[in-house]
Amino acid sequence: MNLLIKNGRVIDPSQGLDEVADVLVEAGVVKEIGTNLKAPAGVHAIDVAGKYVVPGLVDMHVHLRDPGLEYKEDIVSGTKAAAAGGFTSLACMPNTKPAIDNKAVASYIINKANTEGFCNVFPVGCITYGMGGERMAEMGELKEAGCVAVSDDGRPVANAELMRRALEYARGIGILVISHAEDLALVGEGVMNEGFTSTELGLKGIPRVAEDIATARDVMLAEYTNSPLHIAHVSTKGSVRIIREAKARGVKVTCETAPHYFTLTDDAVRGYDTNAKMNPPLREADDVAAIKEGLRDGTIDCIATDHAPHHLDEKDVEFNAALNGIIGLETSLPLSLKLVEDGILTVNQLVEKMSCNPSKILGISRGSLRVGAVADLTVIDPAAAWAVETEKLVSKSRNTPFIGWKMKGAAACTIRGGAVVFSR
Amino acid sequence: MAEFKHRNIIALRDLTKEDMELLLATAENMREINSRDIKKVPTLRGKTIINLFYEASTRTRTSFEIAAKRLSADTVNISPSTSSATKGETLADTALNLLAMKPDIIVMRHAVSGAHYHLAKKVTCSVVNAGDGAHEHPSQGLLDLLTIRDRFGRLDGLKVAIVGDITHSRVARSDIQGLTKMGSHVYLAGPPTMMPPAVEKLGSVTVCTTMREAIQDADVVIMLRIQQERQGKTLMPNAREYSRYFGLNPENLKLAKPGAMVMHPGPINRGVEMSSYVVNGSQSHVLKQVENGVAVRMAMLYHVCGGELE
Repeated sequence: MNLLIKNGRVIDPSQGLDEVADVLVEAGVVKEIGTNLKAPAGVHAIDVAGKYVVPGLVDMHVHLRDPGLEYKEDIVSGTKAAAAGGFTSLACMPNTKPAIDNKAVASYIINKANTEGFCNVFPVGCITYGMGGERMAEMGELKEAGCVAVSDDGRPVANAELMRRALEYARGIGILVISHAEDLALVGEGVMNEGFTSTELGLKGIPRVAEDIATARDVMLAEYTNSPLHIAHVSTKGSVRIIREAKARGVKVTCETAPHYFTLTDDAVRGYDTNAKMNPPLREADDVAAIKEGLRDGTIDCIATDHAPHHLDEKDVEFNAALNGIIGLETSLPLSLKLVEDGILTVNQLVEKMSCNPSKILGISRGSLRVGAVADLTVIDPAAAWAVETEKLVSKSRNTPFIGWKMKGAAACTIRGGAVVFSR
Repeated sequence: MAEFKHRNIIALRDLTKEDMELLLATAENMREINSRDIKKVPTLRGKTIINLFYEASTRTRTSFEIAAKRLSADTVNISPSTSSATKGETLADTALNLLAMKPDIIVMRHAVSGAHYHLAKKVTCSVVNAGDGAHEHPSQGLLDLLTIRDRFGRLDGLKVAIVGDITHSRVARSDIQGLTKMGSHVYLAGPPTMMPPAVEKLGSVTVCTTMREAIQDADVVIMLRIQQERQGKTLMPNAREYSRYFGLNPENLKLAKPGAMVMHPGPINRGVEMSSYVVNGSQSHVLKQVENGVAVRMAMLYHVCGGELE
């Protein structure tokens, strides 16, 4: 667990650091950052000149599908895909089978990740039992078991009274509530964004207001109850505006978006491509512009993948029958680096959104290279050119609309607790 | 001579004006066969056509079957109640099993928009769309074009009103694609609850808030079917009120050009979208549409099998 990482551009917004330096890791923690550090006896040195050395990336929205749906992904394959994508930590969503609504499931995940995983796994528990939207889950015990947040991700808590009480109760426990903001009545039987493309393809539309209304409701409940709230996978212009205004009022709201929401529009659905089907759905050009602006001005705190593996049999079907979601762990970094190339974010801001901010929001001791911190680091090669190929994906599933895309930028090396868990 | 380059006919959206003109010209030739005493030619002898209907249909399925038989093709009809669909077999597996029996064409109707593109990726035979969800119904679109052209000798410059639930209508989408590519001006009317967003971007399409606006001086009025079961839930108060604002009757028909054509893809809800006086009246071309349907479908089957216009 000893390592000297030499000559990289060390970028750590948590301590305002951005300079070419060496990082010495000993016993799994950051020992020293400085120039011309000498490798002590027995310490392996790697030269990463021209590359970025950043706090290990954190993906706060991943579906590992384990337990119960291991044919899509499991803790080993999912964390391996995460490491390949540059992530040293991830938060996994509770819609497993059984759901993470009790200590046993949370403990199973943590234990399996600790013994067999390639990155740190922080489970998110359910807000309600079985994500049924009826009764609050035992948030206290979930927190004690190691859950870092609660969410019924995949479905909203439709009952506003229950959501209000969940926010209040969670505040007392000291656990974050993550909202999947969606008004199910407005979604109806919709399968893609409602707009010109849905009109032309004859597919039932999901109006953007279905997300906006739910975002507004939950923001208002957070404001009323003075409780922290995190909005998952923001995809609409309206949601960005609502969150921006709430933050300006001092509401304790944070949010994330996913790379596909700033990379693709609902044009990707043309040809009835089921790998462009996800929830919330891909939106329109003005939403993409608003998401980018939200990232730029800080309204959107995090980039998270919503990595949602599905088996070929669940995607290679008629559009309406296909399940929602795409994998994202292995494409998130290059798609996000494109924001830097396009001048929307600085590299520092990108590191904040992919490491520091999610760590802070989840309250995990990651996202920093301060001396003494756990040595979770990602070495990023911003110039690496590669293409997304089905056979080379590490995830068990292949459901991504980015197959065949030419990417720029990749994790050159992923280090967890001082140990190299991935290198290309 | 013009050549039809498509293996499948899934949507008029995928066809050019020239493609459609070729299909209409062939359909006109086919009409002659349908008027003979012995209505059968050997053109598609030895070809096998499967009619795979996942949704109930009387006239479209019958029309496709008659079209195939008049061209001497062998036809097999499969519908969900007798098929493996109820046993949980996927569309792709059903298609591959059918394909193993070496059909030349699968004519399919399916409730999911775009299902035919999925099917076409799985099979090597031709795929003809007999209606998919709210996407397209290309044979209906083509037979509407033929019926209108019969009456006016052209499609270019005509004002065509389409009234009803545009959002959920595959007929409307095929009509809009076909008519606008042929140079007609389409005027849509219906309650805003039944109007899909940005539909005016599909071509020369005008969205009207009232029926009067749409049918005023129209050359053609196409009425769409309204179903109490579907639209009655949240899209309109009830059939009675719908009929009051968007039903076609002898009085408001006078707003259209004298002798304007009235059309309907069927089946008609008499007294809802159209009064019986209009359905039975001299301006109604509803049965002419059905008649042309056979000729148009003969042309479609003929061309996807590689036939050329003689």
